[in-house]
Amino acid sequence: MNQTQAFHRRIDAALHNDQLRRNFRSALSGIQAKRETQFPDDTQLQSLREQARMVRANALVRQPELLEQLEARLTANGIQVHWAETPQQANTIIGDILQAAGARSVVKGKSMVSEETELNHYLEQLGIEVVESDLGEFIIQLAQEPPSHIVAPAIHKNRREVAELFHRFYPDIPYTEDIDQLTQSARLILREKFAAADAGISGVNFAVAETGTLCLVENEGNGRLSTTAPRVHIAITGVEKVVERLSDVPPLLEILTKSATGQPITTYFNMISRPRQPGELDGPEAVHLVLLDNGRSRIRVDEELLDTLRCIRCGTCINYCPVYVQLGGHAYGTVYPGPIGIALEPQRIGIDKVGTLTSACTMCGACGEVCPVKIPLPKLINRLRAEAVNEQRTTTPLLGRGSLRKPSEATIWKLWQQMYSRPRLYRLFTLVATRLRWLTPGSLGGWTRYRSAPRPAPRSLRELAMKEGFGSE
Amino acid sequence: MSSARDNILGRLRANRPHAAPTPPVYAKPLGWDRERCITEFMTRMQAVRGETHRVARDDWPAWINRELPPRGIHRGLIGRGAVAEKLAAAAADEFTLTRYDHAIDDWKGVLFRDIDFSVTGTLAGLAESGSLVLWPSPDEPRLMSLVPPLHIALLDAGRMFENFAALLAAENWSARMPTNALLVSGPSKTADIEQTLAYGIHGPKALIVLILE
Repeated sequence: MNQTQAFHRRIDAALHNDQLRRNFRSALSGIQAKRETQFPDDTQLQSLREQARMVRANALVRQPELLEQLEARLTANGIQVHWAETPQQANTIIGDILQAAGARSVVKGKSMVSEETELNHYLEQLGIEVVESDLGEFIIQLAQEPPSHIVAPAIHKNRREVAELFHRFYPDIPYTEDIDQLTQSARLILREKFAAADAGISGVNFAVAETGTLCLVENEGNGRLSTTAPRVHIAITGVEKVVERLSDVPPLLEILTKSATGQPITTYFNMISRPRQPGELDGPEAVHLVLLDNGRSRIRVDEELLDTLRCIRCGTCINYCPVYVQLGGHAYGTVYPGPIGIALEPQRIGIDKVGTLTSACTMCGACGEVCPVKIPLPKLINRLRAEAVNEQRTTTPLLGRGSLRKPSEATIWKLWQQMYSRPRLYRLFTLVATRLRWLTPGSLGGWTRYRSAPRPAPRSLRELAMKEGFGSE
Repeated sequence: MSSARDNILGRLRANRPHAAPTPPVYAKPLGWDRERCITEFMTRMQAVRGETHRVARDDWPAWINRELPPRGIHRGLIGRGAVAEKLAAAAADEFTLTRYDHAIDDWKGVLFRDIDFSVTGTLAGLAESGSLVLWPSPDEPRLMSLVPPLHIALLDAGRMFENFAALLAAENWSARMPTNALLVSGPSKTADIEQTLAYGIHGPKALIVLILE
């Protein structure tokens, strides 16, 4: 099965899962309105977006210097910096740190980058217990499923499904479908884990080069607990998350929380600059940062595509995507779903692997309008579509460029081009098409699975216009 | 993994995009006076179920003595320094106060299980977002504001700023970042089940801010 067939199969499964579609529709229904109440003044919103865009664009231009500065500052602060080109390298680094520290149990804060490396699986193979502590991540860890949304990982589950999961794994807790009570159950289960864990693993929202500071945005407190209670903290992030100055953080924080969740700010904004210092009574004795590339540095080859890396992972494009609302996140089959996934994953992984994702877009433009850092997502997706069928099969600027080109499709478009650029040929074609319209095939592949076949009109528009006395201009 | 480092930096340098202008330092002056800052702060904090009270500067221990016992809250955690001493001296008999005066490593279980509330100072308040600013210290360690089910935060009414950008600029943070700095805006919460808001997940279930005037 090629990638397109596999994608269509996943789409089919998602569209025929009524429960899943109900869950997504109901969870996403209020999310746009909540965001919009945070931005009552469009002028202010646009100026904040421009500020956020500039901060991220500047950081990407100066990325190598900023990463070196970040490394120097973190090191001076006592935080150990590790570099990984591949997921395997990142996992090995983290596994080695944990084993050297004698860590048997880990609590994890939410990290999409650790999903890229499938870190949990790796650590479990080493015999290390890994507990996801973000409520959504905890739920899908029980269900053994990947996140279906980058901010709300368990958005595809309703309260009954969560209640059944809790009951299956924790039969001593009385069964309930009440969301407050389910939340309290998770609190009780995970408190024991926080108190006992040897190490904590987290992601990073912004890494500040100027001060050597790791910033984490969250509501639950599990991020703070994971980075404070155990004796070792390991943060993992993509190399693009660096920003230049501490003063770059307030606009990013504001637009991130307002866009992602419709809150003026999240409950906690956690800025970590050092491990526990002499005289301090808590906090991890060792803090590590793993900087993962995993295809990101390659994206810089092309100036237009570089915009992809401005992303601050707020998930707003996902919340506004009419295709995502219907499909949910798992159908995409990649770590990052929705518009940002369509733009990022083929570049990161290769068009030859996941380029077919670009077909899951209606070009409605909503994602580009709401993106807080003004990533031109529709333009990027369109570009990737074109690159996927490029005549040249090359690996730059994109892995797997031209790999989705089909000779038959290319020939049809060549013919179309010929016909539409030659008036006489075009007229001949419309004459034949209108007169022989009864020959139109009734079955046109995927199109006629759910729709009737289009049939040419009896007379072309041009003929009708001529008849009405319009000239040929 | 120095080769990974060199390879990554090498690729980043080899593909250098055109220069982008350095963005201006973000500022969002609102023109709010102290009273406006306090009322905006309270509105925001209450909107996320943070409790706020304006009390006279020296009356906060009396507020605790009066308000907590009826709620069945008795086991407190205090740090070291002025706030702790003041409460230790004034606390009513029904309270048992634990001092956070030695490293957490050998009494983590007690902290997680046997404490009802903690009292800490704060560095500042941010009006626009309704946030407390905390710089945990050896006297008031990081877990104090995180593990107990109730966190009582003392906020000096003279330490209100319009927003985070204003505070960073006014107090030159970039030259003196502490081990850990925090913005705290309400008790802990989640919306991970059906996007429905639920309070009191991993951090404090309740946050009380006493604004000292």
